[in-house]
Amino acid sequence: MSETRRITLIVNGEHREAETPVRQHLADFLRGTLGLTGTHVGCEHGVCGACTVLVDGHAVRACLMLAVQAAGHEVTTVEGLSLADGTLHPLQQAFCDHHGLQCGFCTPGMLTTLVEFLAEHPAPSEEEVRLAISGNICRCTGYDSIVAAALAAARALRGDAA
Amino acid sequence: MKPAGFAYHDPQTVAEAVALLGRLENARLLAGGQSLMPMLAMRVAFPDHLIDLNRVEGLDGITVEQGVLRIGAMTRQRSIERSAAIREACPLMTEALTHVGHLQTRNRGTIGGSLCHLDPSAELVTVAAALDATIEVAGPEGQRDVAIADFPLGFMTPALAPEEMVVAIRIPLWPREHGYSFMEFARRHGDYAIVSAAALLVLDSAGRIARASVTLGGVGAAPLRVTTAETALVGEAPTPALFRAAAACCEGIEAMEDPQAPAWYRQRLAAVLTRRALERAWARATGEAA
Repeated sequence: MSETRRITLIVNGEHREAETPVRQHLADFLRGTLGLTGTHVGCEHGVCGACTVLVDGHAVRACLMLAVQAAGHEVTTVEGLSLADGTLHPLQQAFCDHHGLQCGFCTPGMLTTLVEFLAEHPAPSEEEVRLAISGNICRCTGYDSIVAAALAAARALRGDAA
Repeated sequence: MKPAGFAYHDPQTVAEAVALLGRLENARLLAGGQSLMPMLAMRVAFPDHLIDLNRVEGLDGITVEQGVLRIGAMTRQRSIERSAAIREACPLMTEALTHVGHLQTRNRGTIGGSLCHLDPSAELVTVAAALDATIEVAGPEGQRDVAIADFPLGFMTPALAPEEMVVAIRIPLWPREHGYSFMEFARRHGDYAIVSAAALLVLDSAGRIARASVTLGGVGAAPLRVTTAETALVGEAPTPALFRAAAACCEGIEAMEDPQAPAWYRQRLAAVLTRRALERAWARATGEAA
């Protein structure tokens, strides 16, 4: 019952190849096998949203996907959001500027979710932002600062003055 | 919260998947995984074999042809939600999907998975029942059609043999000028509804109700059509009083009870949501609501 498979996939733009137990979910594979611990594992049954990553550009819960299912696909984790020189993604910068995190546990999931959302909704309303992150649980901020950060990031990404 | 061990299979064709189902003992199909993966993690499901449908060709896609909408079983809920063709031809489904889970789960969740998981409150099953859908099922003997009315055998039990799988759903479209509404009450957005109501209305040239569909989710073991309400509506001139009377039919329906809500609460919700859904559907049929 410890069946494993060798998989190849692209993670944050890099070609990766590794062995994984078939029952291992993608979040554990990213953290344990590839050492990308930015993806957080919270509830492990698809409720909290902390493990959200982008698969082929779509936000998915990495605990509800097996690592073997990611073979041949492109995965982006929170580590892949900033530029190579360390410049933060506009969303990350906005989270810093607007206190969009306290303990930071939900942040990787918030960021990856909002990357897809803002790409589709460049000028969202506050209500739309709240709906977009309704699948991500934060126990520190009360969400207001996260929503403010998302709206500021949307302005920055559109090129409006902040 | 780690799944117990299983053997993993990823067939490329429906025929291979069906052959695996026939050959393997205690096998489960993995579609979008948004229900099965938590069940594996919490170890309420213990398959020896997992047959992943995500690499099977030809199972996704949306077509509208000759008054029939056909959606492949592995079509993601998000693709359905975003489909302009469905928004135009079958807006009830688009509206219902806004209540299904969250962005992240709709990106993976599939319509076939929702149908086969058959949660009593599942929005897509309620919509399928409201629209008299037909389920296309593949098995070792070939393909067969199952009417949605015959699809649930009981609580979370679809009418599928162990070696069968759903490949698509077909929905006969309502006339373009129909009114529709999907409403639900849930404790939090994205949760399964405690009760949901779907209503569809077509008015004749005199403004009377020519055709009506009223469906409740979350009340019985599977979504149910309230035929008494439909009968009360057809042939009548739509008025708030008529909708109140039709909705009152829901109060007598035997409702399930669980820690979330007692039966009487579900019955009351069913009547209120049905009345509101009918009023919204009417407003849309007359062009007074978007």
